[in-house]
Amino acid sequence: MTTKPEMTASEIANAVARGKMSALDATEAALARIKQRDTLLNSFTDVTADRARAKARAIDADIAAGKTVGPLAGVPFAVKNLFDVAGLPTRAGSKINRDLAPSQRDATLIERLEAAGAVLVGALNMGEYAYDFTGENVHDGPSRNPHDITRMAGGSSGGSGSAVGGALVPIALGSDTNGSIRVPSSFCGIFGLKPTYGRLSRARSFPFVASLDHLGPFARSVTDLALAYDAMQGPDADDAACTTTRGLEPTTPLLANPVSDLRIAIAGGHFQKNLFPEAVEAVSRIAKALGATRVVDVPEASRARAAAYVITTTEGASLHLDRLRKRPNDFDPAVRDRLIAGAMVPAPLVDRAQKFRRWYRAQLAEIFKSVDVLIAPATPCTAPKLGQVNFNLDGVEFPVRANIGIHTQPISFIGLPVVAVPVPLEPLPIGVQIIAAPWREDIALRVAHALEKMGVVAAPSPKGF
Amino acid sequence: MAEPLDDYIDAVSKALALPVEEAWRPAVRANLEVSLRLGRLVDEFALPDDTEPAPIFTA
Repeated sequence: MTTKPEMTASEIANAVARGKMSALDATEAALARIKQRDTLLNSFTDVTADRARAKARAIDADIAAGKTVGPLAGVPFAVKNLFDVAGLPTRAGSKINRDLAPSQRDATLIERLEAAGAVLVGALNMGEYAYDFTGENVHDGPSRNPHDITRMAGGSSGGSGSAVGGALVPIALGSDTNGSIRVPSSFCGIFGLKPTYGRLSRARSFPFVASLDHLGPFARSVTDLALAYDAMQGPDADDAACTTTRGLEPTTPLLANPVSDLRIAIAGGHFQKNLFPEAVEAVSRIAKALGATRVVDVPEASRARAAAYVITTTEGASLHLDRLRKRPNDFDPAVRDRLIAGAMVPAPLVDRAQKFRRWYRAQLAEIFKSVDVLIAPATPCTAPKLGQVNFNLDGVEFPVRANIGIHTQPISFIGLPVVAVPVPLEPLPIGVQIIAAPWREDIALRVAHALEKMGVVAAPSPKGF
Repeated sequence: MAEPLDDYIDAVSKALALPVEEAWRPAVRANLEVSLRLGRLVDEFALPDDTEPAPIFTA
């Protein structure tokens, strides 16, 4: 049996577990797709073919021996290259980190996916040090959009978006500090989950902004997203932010539960401004499908975005201060100049941003007493052209690079769980955020699953392959 | 003509031993202007004196 390019993770795992397909065949098919298509997409920076084949053979041996295999048996996956992969330096999209010693051990989330039977096939391109919304990278070249290779994949997890959107692998992992899972999901037309802050371990991944960093999965179906997420849950003493109070909360068994009992509202104010018509259309389709008519203003969301920006630029600068001193010419100049400026922001502004964050968190907690789900755009527009510098939002010219995430930043700022769902508009898809209260990933995934069943959201097949 | 932020950039550059080459200065200044504008937006928002920052240290 050969794999179709768009075979989902759950289809592969079922076929492998039932002996209809070998894990090695699934792995070889993914490696062949990468070889064939990635010359155009540029989503992979490392292909771990030997490791993948060895892992796949081990799964096939377990099946032959009658052993029980995990829910992701034989499913190929790849990770943004800020995840530690044993034997590779964790480059985090940079030139500088290539000089690091190879990692001794995989990131926790890789270990957990492999424990569930998944097969790591490589590491993925990303914006330098994750300070990016475009997916462009001066060292490795840009990740390209699978629906139009002249356009951005989105960032900073650009390779993750491109690889899943291009159907090279059914599952990828990325990170999201201000929108870096949700933006590539939107531009590449796939599903992405940014879990609650602290839900998934970040151990052995390269950081950016400790108080805002999240890790999460990308997939071409909600079931795959939930399968990957469920396999990665659990406490981890190696990440100080990882929850010790929440037990495992599997979402896959709950996906098909009805959503008719949920109170769903449209995020107003900030979230209804600075939008191209396609973003308005996407939110409208989702709201109509869910019967949502209530609009809830999210107070001070623009200020929340500003505070997230301040915390990001200053914490990021602090992280890279010594590299900025010693190797400034080895940075992407655009990243370097933002980080240097970040180092110059007066400390009281950062403290006030963190205090405002607590105030804002309380406002959203109040909203979630009467609402289960908020709907908001994921990006202001569909994927811009590679290299595009400015775009026009509500009559004002803004730099693209810093402003693609204006609708994602006020949400990750307080760590709310979000599923980005792809609305398959023509000629390009665009995402919508399904936002739930803290720790209620199950609700966001349920709503995404219902929308998928209705046919309102779907990962379109990549064009031109 | 020197821009208003140039003296500040020079001072912080020295204080942090952080190099800012002349060719980078316009971009650093432009980024700093954005950060300070957004920082002012946060600063303008009145908060009670007893507001705790979002991350709270636990001993």
